[in-house]
Amino acid sequence: MNHWIVAPIVLPAILAPFIIMVLRYHLDLQRIFSVAGVVALLGIALTITAQATTGDIQVYELGNWPAPFGIVLVLDRMSAMMVLLTALLALPIVLYAIGSGWDDRGKHFHALFHFQLMGVCGAFLTGDAFNLFVFFEVLLIASYGLMTHGGGAVRLKAGVQYVVYNLLGSTLFLFALGTIYSVTGTLNMADLAMRVAEIPPEDTALLRVGAVLLLLVFCIKAAVLPLHFWLPASYANAPLPVAALFAIMTKVGAYSILRVYTLVFGPDVAVTEGLIGAWLQPAALMTLAVGTIGILGSQHIARMVAFCAIASMGTLLIAISLFSEVATAAALYYIFHSTLATALLFLVADLVMERRGGAITPAMPMPQTGLIASLFFVGAIAMAGMPPLSGFVGKLLVLDASRGAPDADAVWAVILIGSFVTIVGLARAGSLIFWKSYDAEVAPPSTTEDDETIDAIAAAPEPHPGLAFTSVFGAVLGLVLLTLFAGPALEYTSKTAVQLFTPEDYITAVLRGEEQ
Amino acid sequence: MEALVASAVGVMTAAGIFLILRRRTFPVILGLSLLTYAVNVFLFATGRLALNAPAVLNKYKDVPYTDPLPQALVLTAIVISFGMTAVIVMIALSAYLSSKNDHIDMTARDSVDAPGEDA
Repeated sequence: MNHWIVAPIVLPAILAPFIIMVLRYHLDLQRIFSVAGVVALLGIALTITAQATTGDIQVYELGNWPAPFGIVLVLDRMSAMMVLLTALLALPIVLYAIGSGWDDRGKHFHALFHFQLMGVCGAFLTGDAFNLFVFFEVLLIASYGLMTHGGGAVRLKAGVQYVVYNLLGSTLFLFALGTIYSVTGTLNMADLAMRVAEIPPEDTALLRVGAVLLLLVFCIKAAVLPLHFWLPASYANAPLPVAALFAIMTKVGAYSILRVYTLVFGPDVAVTEGLIGAWLQPAALMTLAVGTIGILGSQHIARMVAFCAIASMGTLLIAISLFSEVATAAALYYIFHSTLATALLFLVADLVMERRGGAITPAMPMPQTGLIASLFFVGAIAMAGMPPLSGFVGKLLVLDASRGAPDADAVWAVILIGSFVTIVGLARAGSLIFWKSYDAEVAPPSTTEDDETIDAIAAAPEPHPGLAFTSVFGAVLGLVLLTLFAGPALEYTSKTAVQLFTPEDYITAVLRGEEQ
Repeated sequence: MEALVASAVGVMTAAGIFLILRRRTFPVILGLSLLTYAVNVFLFATGRLALNAPAVLNKYKDVPYTDPLPQALVLTAIVISFGMTAVIVMIALSAYLSSKNDHIDMTARDSVDAPGEDA
């Protein structure tokens, strides 16, 4: 067995308790170990991605129990790619958190950060539906701590809402898994795929209920309308570097939809034929529409970026809901792009909020306006999908993939009008924040609260502003590289899509023990 | 027995959903606890209900047995939901102490003016 597969889970699982127990009072050492851990994770992710490009599906049997009796981790092209994306995202964020001093505003930032990475990598690698639930819980528990990191009344209130919503999602997940188990008697995904295909279609009412419940759970995670209500308040009130890391969490939902509804309840399976795409596509279109309206209507930069995240999930799920190889290849490319772009915009929003507060209204000019404005401009171009950055390539691929689909007109209209509204919304926010300062007619508001805020900002200067800016440029570099190497990236995602739509390979790889 | 278990799950779920729609954190947390009880009983029943049957196979004689897997699943679910309830109690308590009220919703001022800033 290839032990590299379990390394992305084991490494943070050892590092995080080590940081809590040994380095508890040494912030500098925590920072060193945390960055080293993320770099090591990136190395591991590159290694397993290189192994996955051969096209073999590798299986890691935990405790050497063969599937379907034990829990397996499965490394295929999609899981390797998602682990790589997680590591690539984590590196600039951990550097930014150090550079901006966010990790010093509460306890145990780095430990929780690594527990979160463990949960995310585990969710991407596991081949067992119940184990997927467990890793969801691991990443959620860590995210509760990160979400309320730094404290404050508003953040804690938003944290309560976030935890309640996600606990409800977890309960629903268990109901869905219980329903599916009661029909099939297994929770291993490959085994599920075989058993689901064998069940006669007239005997599957309960299984259909389970499939739709499971879709609802993943839609909560992916913030699909009408289950998106948790996202804007949580992301806008979380520490913004944490919100940037949470950009990968919505993608865990999208990943799970792609995995389960190509492998277990695939488009050809009689049980759920036409059921998933038919529901998911209108919801995705609405998600994109509401996200862009939210961008236009937000009065706070953090909320605006949170709505950007919702809009990009809408575009992503439109591509996923087409359930074709071309569209899935486009969706996988877009996952990579939208995660980096959302994270970049959250980091820029944090730079703005640290200096002038986040309200999208004219305010006193802030230091380093030019640099931050340029970064915001790059992020906005990427998010809106304008050339020359990868958002343009991604949206073009999605549009191209939807040609010939039954609802192509609606898809094109929503994506194009949505992009236009996004451009308007981001341009409005950018010009109000960066270009407008106080006019003579508009008296600067001088409430005591604002003074307190300014004092608070002045009291907590950035320890290493250079590092914070460097890490934001790291995220920009990621987007530029994704644009320059769009060809190889698309080749990879196309092969990934082919692999996803031939689930037989996955099933034989996982269940080979049974045949011997 | 099936009717009893089914109605217990149903009643607990209904009560849980009613409670999580309340506006203060305490009833909401109670509602979440009821929902986790409901889902635990539900998971237990997914392996079919069997009375007086051990959760192990007997290779010497043919005796009834019950499915052991849901019991393992429900144990995991109990541990996780127990931990989660503790976490949300702590977060809700500190939210209550720092904002001086235990409403679950944020006022319009909270969510528009000062996201992320310590009010």
